[in-house]
Amino acid sequence: MTQRVQVVENILSANDRVALENRQTLDAAGVYALNFMASPGAGKTSLIEQTLRRIFGEIRIAVVDGDIATSIDANRAAAAGALAVQINTGGECHLDAVMLKNALAQIDLGGVDLLIVENVGNLICPASFQLGTHQSVLIASVPEGDDKAYKYPGMYQGVDALVINKIDLLPYVTFDMGYFRRGVEILNPGLVTFPLSCKTGEGIERWIAWLRKQVGSRKKA
Amino acid sequence: MHELPVTESILEIALRHAGEARTKRITDLYLVIGQLSSIVDDSIQFYWDIIARDTIAEGARLHFERILARMKCQECNLEYQPQDSEFACPECGSYSIQIVAGNEFYMDSIGVE
Repeated sequence: MTQRVQVVENILSANDRVALENRQTLDAAGVYALNFMASPGAGKTSLIEQTLRRIFGEIRIAVVDGDIATSIDANRAAAAGALAVQINTGGECHLDAVMLKNALAQIDLGGVDLLIVENVGNLICPASFQLGTHQSVLIASVPEGDDKAYKYPGMYQGVDALVINKIDLLPYVTFDMGYFRRGVEILNPGLVTFPLSCKTGEGIERWIAWLRKQVGSRKKA
Repeated sequence: MHELPVTESILEIALRHAGEARTKRITDLYLVIGQLSSIVDDSIQFYWDIIARDTIAEGARLHFERILARMKCQECNLEYQPQDSEFACPECGSYSIQIVAGNEFYMDSIGVE
């Protein structure tokens, strides 16, 4: 005799529970944490480098770098002055809360104001795996094309800020900014957006000002 | 490669609820997946057959209820299914839109005996 048992539980509930623990760990240490997500090559690491260059010595930053196998990104972050921890996911296409938990255990959080988690380059899975960071930033880039919000709605819905990188390439590629931003607006109304270029530096100050404000509002007591 | 952790999570939830209900066997799992949260596809069944082996859920069937995306225009109140490459209201062109359905991503129930 078959019976039905009601469940009604998020499929990734176990991950969500660990994410909540991570959030508590971060809050207890007074660390503001951001989850950077993007496709491969959009400029996550470049944005981290540019950010570090501008706030080094003012805000204490740690970077957790998620990659399938290499430590190239963590090395770049360390070279730019951050305390960097590498997570190799061993084939997984995203970071999950347990991976971040293990990385947090390697960091002296008392000496950190801002933690940037650089997720694996991928627009699908990272959106579903909560990490426990306070906010998520999606880094889009002009050469990827203007249809990404339509193709990866889960990613565009779940973020708190959007960086549009490589705007210096706008004259050279087909990218309808109106069409792009319309898709974003539907999925995530009022999303704070930073068109910028990590190469020329255009627009970066506005991003830095936002970041300062976010970190400042959570200053250690 | 997210199928494995997703499948493991599905098993953990199912076993926990079956344990609470004191049942001996899980025969079916009913999952609800919205079009906008499309990280799960039918290949999960393949992983499931391996992961669930030697548990009370061995051999259980996964049922996917797919929910199509639905949006509601906040200007003219039209409710519609968006096209792949255009989400704006097909009637008035507005992009002040509420997402009514399509974000589902949960286990609804399990069949046990």
